[in-house]
Amino acid sequence: MPIISVRDLVVEYDGRRVLNGLNLDIEHGETMVLLGGSGSGKSTLLRQIIGLERPKSGSVHVKGMDITRCSESELKKTRLSIGVAFQSAALFNSLTVEENVALPLREHTRLAPPIIDLVVWMKLAGVGLADFGKLLPQELSGGMKKRAAVARALALSPEILVLDEPSAGLDPIVAAELDELILLLKDNLQMTVIVVTHELPSAFRIADRIAMLYQGSFSSIGTKDEIKVSQNPRVRQFLDRIPENIIQTPEVKAYIDKYMQSQEAYQ
Amino acid sequence: MANLLESVGERTIEHLDYVGSLNIQWWATLRAMVQALPFVGNRYRWQATVRQTLEIGVDAMPMVALMAICSGFILAMQGASELRRFGAVHYVIELVAVGFTRELGPLLTAIAVSGRSGSAFAAEIGTMKVTEELDSLRVMALEPVEFVLAPKYLATLISLPCLSVVSNVFGILAGGLFMFFSTRLSLLLYFHYVFTSISLRDVVTGLIKSLVFATIIAHVGCLEGFRVRGGPDAVGRSTTTAVVKSTFLVIVADAVFTAIFYFTVKS
Repeated sequence: MPIISVRDLVVEYDGRRVLNGLNLDIEHGETMVLLGGSGSGKSTLLRQIIGLERPKSGSVHVKGMDITRCSESELKKTRLSIGVAFQSAALFNSLTVEENVALPLREHTRLAPPIIDLVVWMKLAGVGLADFGKLLPQELSGGMKKRAAVARALALSPEILVLDEPSAGLDPIVAAELDELILLLKDNLQMTVIVVTHELPSAFRIADRIAMLYQGSFSSIGTKDEIKVSQNPRVRQFLDRIPENIIQTPEVKAYIDKYMQSQEAYQ
Repeated sequence: MANLLESVGERTIEHLDYVGSLNIQWWATLRAMVQALPFVGNRYRWQATVRQTLEIGVDAMPMVALMAICSGFILAMQGASELRRFGAVHYVIELVAVGFTRELGPLLTAIAVSGRSGSAFAAEIGTMKVTEELDSLRVMALEPVEFVLAPKYLATLISLPCLSVVSNVFGILAGGLFMFFSTRLSLLLYFHYVFTSISLRDVVTGLIKSLVFATIIAHVGCLEGFRVRGGPDAVGRSTTTAVVKSTFLVIVADAVFTAIFYFTVKS
């Protein structure tokens, strides 16, 4: 039985369809990468999987619980088995890094403060931030913030780790370090990892399977090797970096012609 | 004509929606506020409440005191300039004492706290929304209403009546200084007249008003923060809106409560 099962998921914002009847199964212990361009709907799908939004129709089962229809208390219980690191890291700026990591432990466990301190140190050491616990988030670099967010997501040792654009805005070396960290965590902790990204090298490094989104629908789902050799035109366009040719549209062409004429008239 | 009706209807629905949202938020906060209480609640929420009380109450004390002193002088001088013509300067004492305890103390304090803390609530929560911190609370199975709003509301409920009392004391003291310099009335005698001119009812009605003002300021500020959509510019707009709306609603509530107290005294 898959740990996450998405069935006929439809999401609309103000009547505009963003996700168009998606179906996806994510198995225990696998790393699923949701790949797609900007506006393809991958972050929207992620928000559905973590129960931040309710869909227009369809279902999302997490560990057998339909989080689109369950009660608030059931949703909270399910959320405890999901750790999420947001794109912006979303660390609490008024708390130090170790207080950020300690927060879920303080709130959801009865561990004594010294034990919490120890767990926090272990989690921070696990992401290479053991010496930075006393700093405030704004004193960290972009890559360190993302690692701190991963440490906080891991605080309650969740079964599912969700990472939204972990390498966005990072230089290639830091992004590669983060990829290695994800692989290390997955190997050591046997977690199910879901990663949203549009970074191809990162996706192919960490994924077991890749689901490629285009305009709210899956254009392809498969192992990374299957995706690499896919002949699906949308997948090929994305992998081969073929532009949409928006400058060839009549509207843009007409605008450029008009602009050039006005420039000539001015001269 | 149809457009005018449509526009009026649209604005009416918007306002009703706003009032409805305030009510829903208020009930949700009342339910969550148990967690912010000492001994029976969550000790981290109570610690947050104490921190907020220091920020809203103690830090605002010099400003509120200064505003009260200036207003006390103004009220005494304006009152004396008219009452002197009738040889009734001694009525200035009653004017200042009753005016401050019933009206000016709570109102001035509410305006100061609205500008100082209401805007800060909107900015803080708005920023938390923009930076996905509220979402990260939800995915950690923590309710933003309990985690963010309840301590702020409880702190405002504690701070505003205390600040109102401070405002009353300094406003009345300013009236006393004016009477001393203009009529050589000793401060001891001045305070004797003050205590004979005000009743417990005046103080209680002022404190009831300040509790209502605290509710308005905390909930309008927080609701404006929760309703932020977009980026940092939206946070700026919400801050301004929070101050404008809460000041307006404070004055409306003041008029309503003054009328209620006036007519209940008559009966």
